[in-house]
Amino acid sequence: MVPGVLFSSSLITVLTTVGIVLVLLTETVAFFGEVSIIEFITSDRWTPQFADKHFGILPLLVGTMMITVIASLVALPIGLATAIYLSEYAPERVRKVVKPILEVLAGVPTIVYGYFALTFVTPLIRSLIPETSIYNALSASIVVGIMILPMVASLSEDAMLAVPRKLRDGAFALGATRFEVALKVVVPAALSGIIASFVLALSRAIGETMIVTIAAGALAQVTFNPLESVQTMTAFIVNISLGDVEPGSIESKSIFAVGMTLFVLTLTLNLIAQFISRRYKEEY
Amino acid sequence: MSIIETRNLNLYYGQHHALLDINVDIEENSITAFIGPSGCGKSTFLRTLNRMNDMIPNVKITGTVKVAGEDIYQSGVDVEILRKRVGMVFQQPNPFPKSIYDNITFGPKLHGVTNRHELDEIVEKSLKAAALWDEVKDVLKKPAYGLSGGQQQRLCIARALAVNPQILLMDEPTSALDPISTAKIEELLDELKETYTIVIVTHNMQQAARISDKTAFFLNGELVEYDATPVIFQNPSDKRTEDYITGRFG
Repeated sequence: MVPGVLFSSSLITVLTTVGIVLVLLTETVAFFGEVSIIEFITSDRWTPQFADKHFGILPLLVGTMMITVIASLVALPIGLATAIYLSEYAPERVRKVVKPILEVLAGVPTIVYGYFALTFVTPLIRSLIPETSIYNALSASIVVGIMILPMVASLSEDAMLAVPRKLRDGAFALGATRFEVALKVVVPAALSGIIASFVLALSRAIGETMIVTIAAGALAQVTFNPLESVQTMTAFIVNISLGDVEPGSIESKSIFAVGMTLFVLTLTLNLIAQFISRRYKEEY
Repeated sequence: MSIIETRNLNLYYGQHHALLDINVDIEENSITAFIGPSGCGKSTFLRTLNRMNDMIPNVKITGTVKVAGEDIYQSGVDVEILRKRVGMVFQQPNPFPKSIYDNITFGPKLHGVTNRHELDEIVEKSLKAAALWDEVKDVLKKPAYGLSGGQQQRLCIARALAVNPQILLMDEPTSALDPISTAKIEELLDELKETYTIVIVTHNMQQAARISDKTAFFLNGELVEYDATPVIFQNPSDKRTEDYITGRFG
C-alpha cells in the first residue's frame, strides 16, 4: 500500500516531465514544418508578428545571454563572498540573523523585483547615463542578479558548512590564515556544491520571465549594448501568449520552438555543470 | 634547555575551569607524553601550545606559555608563524581531499615556496622523514584518500614536517589505527626526536611508557605529576598516578 502510494507520487513528476517534453516536441516539429531550421538558427531577425515574418532566434538568444551574463557578474562573486563570510567568518549570532534574511529575499515575488527594476534601478541608471532607454537590459539584469544572489549564497554556504572541521583544523595547524583556509581548503572541498548553486542560479536567470518582461523591453534585436532594449526568449513567450494570437497560427507555434530552445539551453547547462562538478570534485 | 615553558596556565571554557595552574617545562629533542582519563584536559593543554584553542568561542586563558623563550599569548604574536613552528597531528587522519603531492606542498606554498624544484625536494624529504616515501613515490599525484588509515596518518605527519617545524604536537595520533600502523608510527617518532621536539597526548599508557622520555599525568584539569617516564610508571610519588597507571580507574 505505502510503496504503491509513494510510487504513484513519483510517477506524477515523471509523467509531467514526459508530457511537457512531448508537447514541446510535437509543436516544435510542427513549427519547423513551416519554417526552415536553417533560418531559425542563422537569421538575425525575429519578427513573427510583422507582415514580413522572420524567425531567427539569434536576437532572443543574445538578449537572454546578455541578461544572464550580467546577472551572473552580479550574483556569483557577491553570492560566493557572502557564503564565505557566513560559513568561515561570521559569529554564530550573525549567521542566525543573516541566513533567514537571505531566504526571505529568495522568496520575494519576481513581479516585485520587476517593478523594483523599472521604478528604482532604471531611473538610477538614467540619472547616471541619460541616453539609456527606459526599457534596458542593464537594469533588468542587475535585478535578476539580485534575485538569484540569495540562492547562490545560501546553497554555497550549505556546501561549505558540510566540509568537515578537521580539514580546517589541518590547514590552521600548518599556519594558514582564515582566508587561506576558506580559499584553499573549504571552497575546493565544497566545489561541487558551489557549482551546483551557480548552475541553478544561471538556469533561473535564463528562465526568469517577469523582471525582463517588465524592465528589459520587447525589442528583439541583436545588440551587445546593455543600455538598449532587448527581448529575451521568455519575454517573447509572455508577449505572444498575452496577445491576440490565433491558436494554431505560426506565431503561436513559434513560442514552442522558443520554449524548446530554452529547454535545450538549460539542459545543456545542467549537463556541463554535472561534468564539471564530477571532474573537480574533492571527495572527503 | 626547555623549549616550552608554561607558568600558572589556566584555561576556562565559559564558566568551566578546564586547566588549573599548569606549570610544565618541556625539553628540546625529547618526547613528552601527556596521559590521563578522557576529559582530564590533556588535549586542551596540548592545543594551548599552538593556540588552536583560539578557534573555539568563549575560551579564556591566563598565565604564560613560552615557546623558545617567546610568550605566545602576548599581543602582536603572529599566530601563523607560531603554528608553522609548532606543527600538529590530529587524532583522526585529516589529509586534504587533494593529491599526496599537494597535501605535502600545501604548507610550504602558504609560506611562500613556489619553486617547483624546491617543492619536489620538500615532498621527497618530508615523505622520507615520515617513512612513507617508498610506499607512495610512484603515486604522488593520486588522491590522498586512496591511502590506508595508517598511511594517511604518516602523510599528515609528513605534511606537518614539510613546513619545517621545531615542535610537533600529536593528539592521540594512533588511536584510530591498527596495531601494525601504530608500531610504525611509534618507531618513526623515535627517529623524529633527533630533529624535533615531540609532545604527544595518548590514551594508551603502554604507548607512553614505550616511547616517551618524560610523562605528565593529568586529572580533572590538574597536572598531578610530571617526571621522567620510568619514574612515573615504576615509582610515582602521587597516589592518584599510581592508581591510574595500575588501572584502578580511567
